[in-house]
Amino acid sequence: MAENVLRLEDVTMQFGGVVAVNGFSMEVNKNEIVALIGPNGAGKTTAFNCITSVYEPTNGRILLNNEVIAENHPQGKMKDLYKGENKGKYTKVVKFTPDRITRRGIARTFQNIRLFKALTVFDNVMIAKHMRAKQNIFTATFRLNAKEEKRMQEETMVLLKEQNLDLYKDHIASSLPYGLQRRLEIARALATEPSLLLLDEPAAGMNPQETQELADFIKQIREQYRITILLIEHHMDLVMQISERVYVLDFGKLISSGTPDEVQNDQKVIDAYLGVVEDAED
Amino acid sequence: MNKNNSSKITAAVLLILLFGLVIFLEQVIRPTDEWAMLLSCLRMGSVYALVAVSMNLLNGFTGLFSLGQAGFMLIGAYTYAIFSIPLDLKDSVYTFYDYSVKISFPEVLGNVFGGFGMITGVLVSIILAGIITAMAAFLIGLPVLRLRSDYLAIATLGFAEIIRAVFLWGRLGPVTNGSNPLRRFTRTSDFTMDVGNTTLTLGTTTIMIIAAACIFVIILLVNSSYGRVFKAIREDEIAAEAMGINLYKHKQLSFCISSFFTGVGGALLAIFMGTVMASNFMAAMTYEFLLIIVLGGIGSISGSVVGAMLFVFASQWWLRWLDSGIITLFGTRYILPNTIFRSGFRLVVFSVIIMCVVLFFRRGLMGDKELPYYWNKLKSRIMARKPKAGESNG
Repeated sequence: MAENVLRLEDVTMQFGGVVAVNGFSMEVNKNEIVALIGPNGAGKTTAFNCITSVYEPTNGRILLNNEVIAENHPQGKMKDLYKGENKGKYTKVVKFTPDRITRRGIARTFQNIRLFKALTVFDNVMIAKHMRAKQNIFTATFRLNAKEEKRMQEETMVLLKEQNLDLYKDHIASSLPYGLQRRLEIARALATEPSLLLLDEPAAGMNPQETQELADFIKQIREQYRITILLIEHHMDLVMQISERVYVLDFGKLISSGTPDEVQNDQKVIDAYLGVVEDAED
Repeated sequence: MNKNNSSKITAAVLLILLFGLVIFLEQVIRPTDEWAMLLSCLRMGSVYALVAVSMNLLNGFTGLFSLGQAGFMLIGAYTYAIFSIPLDLKDSVYTFYDYSVKISFPEVLGNVFGGFGMITGVLVSIILAGIITAMAAFLIGLPVLRLRSDYLAIATLGFAEIIRAVFLWGRLGPVTNGSNPLRRFTRTSDFTMDVGNTTLTLGTTTIMIIAAACIFVIILLVNSSYGRVFKAIREDEIAAEAMGINLYKHKQLSFCISSFFTGVGGALLAIFMGTVMASNFMAAMTYEFLLIIVLGGIGSISGSVVGAMLFVFASQWWLRWLDSGIITLFGTRYILPNTIFRSGFRLVVFSVIIMCVVLFFRRGLMGDKELPYYWNKLKSRIMARKPKAGESNG
């Protein structure tokens, strides 16, 4: 029996009158690569933001390693406005901040790259190491944490070497070519020592060859760091090639899930992507 | 690594030479000399440098646009003054109130340990000034640090005004002396040391050393793991949070540390000025520091120091003749027409200079680089111009 790393239960996210994600449930098992796909505006990134506590879901529950990391039910103004399902199923409220989610082992990358642009490649990764370092502001300022600092630097160098970024260690992050910036963002996420890695459109803006390299890279980091990966992607060949299971969202609702082959042949998915000819019966 | 160490040693030697020079100058220059202005500017410049650097820690490194400096300096200056007025002089200062703080650290420690104890007492008062300022900053930070950019600036500016109003409040008179100035605490001219038959005056040196030590600590902080995190928050808050950085905690840390040193700066300002009055700490004072860090370069510590020195020297000394209309060049005294050379003209020229700097140095004099960077650049340029013997220019 596969072990659940992440489980979403009836997650609903409503902004005002718009239901961005509606009653979405999914499971991600240990050491799996799972893809979340869907047309533009389907609510994929919103689901990511719920998982990382950037947003607080309007209704539903999210569990990480069988521990609730977010739970909410419609309250206040939302009580009357709420248009989603499963009203009244959840009663507790559990809230985390994004940094605490990262501390618990979920790391993420962003759809539009968010590096610390003016800082060096090395510093970008060092900042991600800060969270798990044993130090306080006093020991850090007066260099009493020399051992810890040295460990952080060594681990950062190892990580950069593994990602083939060690040549660019002193470069300013924004001066790197696009593909390397993506790679650096993943390296930075790995530096937080996650058990689950969320990749938001890692292949966006890449050509077919770069996409192929990325596919190998993702598989490789899964093996190397023994982590679970959940990704959002539009490149179907990448999704079909690397993911073990696929979830398909459309207008916030889960319309299909299963292995890449099953999903590919699902009529609902084809309709969602290509559009349904409404007057076909005439 | 070796190269790094040697440059550190060079910097240390230069600093020691500088302080040696200051000590020497302080013995040579009499208060009535024309050159006494140099010492006065050095004192004021180092205080301004410290406050500018601590403001830069907040505005330049953490990216929190705060304008509360004048308020925090006021707290620091008052705390220092209140805890440094000798007990028998308190009655003459608190003329309308019964003073309630019945301790003076420089006096207490000075009575026990002599001159050395007096200095220690001053240090205790200064550190207390920093701690109380940091505590006030913590309380202000609780609501204010949830705001961003301009809103944060407006809120901190407002709090600075509130602090000033509170210190002028008559009900607090027994502590703050209400709207009357605080005087007669340990000040620049009290820092003397007897060596044999001569008395060394060390006021300027003391202020400069304390300011330099504080700036050194800030440099250490900025280059530590926490400094990197502050920069990360400046670059991208969302990404920083996704890296497991507790935004609020680190902003609060930066805010409190910056305020601590601003408070110390306020205490040094009190030592330098000799009197403390709440009505002097107006918002305009904050703008002076803002001007300094923008001139020096936001995110550059050496830039702030250079900016502060230039600002103080230019506005207090070098441009004085524009106001008075009297200039002495090579021993000859010229009197300029008082149609334009009258009080206020200095500020006009000063504004023009600042506009020129802003136009031609978009990112301040130093950008976000430090002095060693420019030093190395200069060195490599000189090296490039003089190719070594045997090397061709091919």
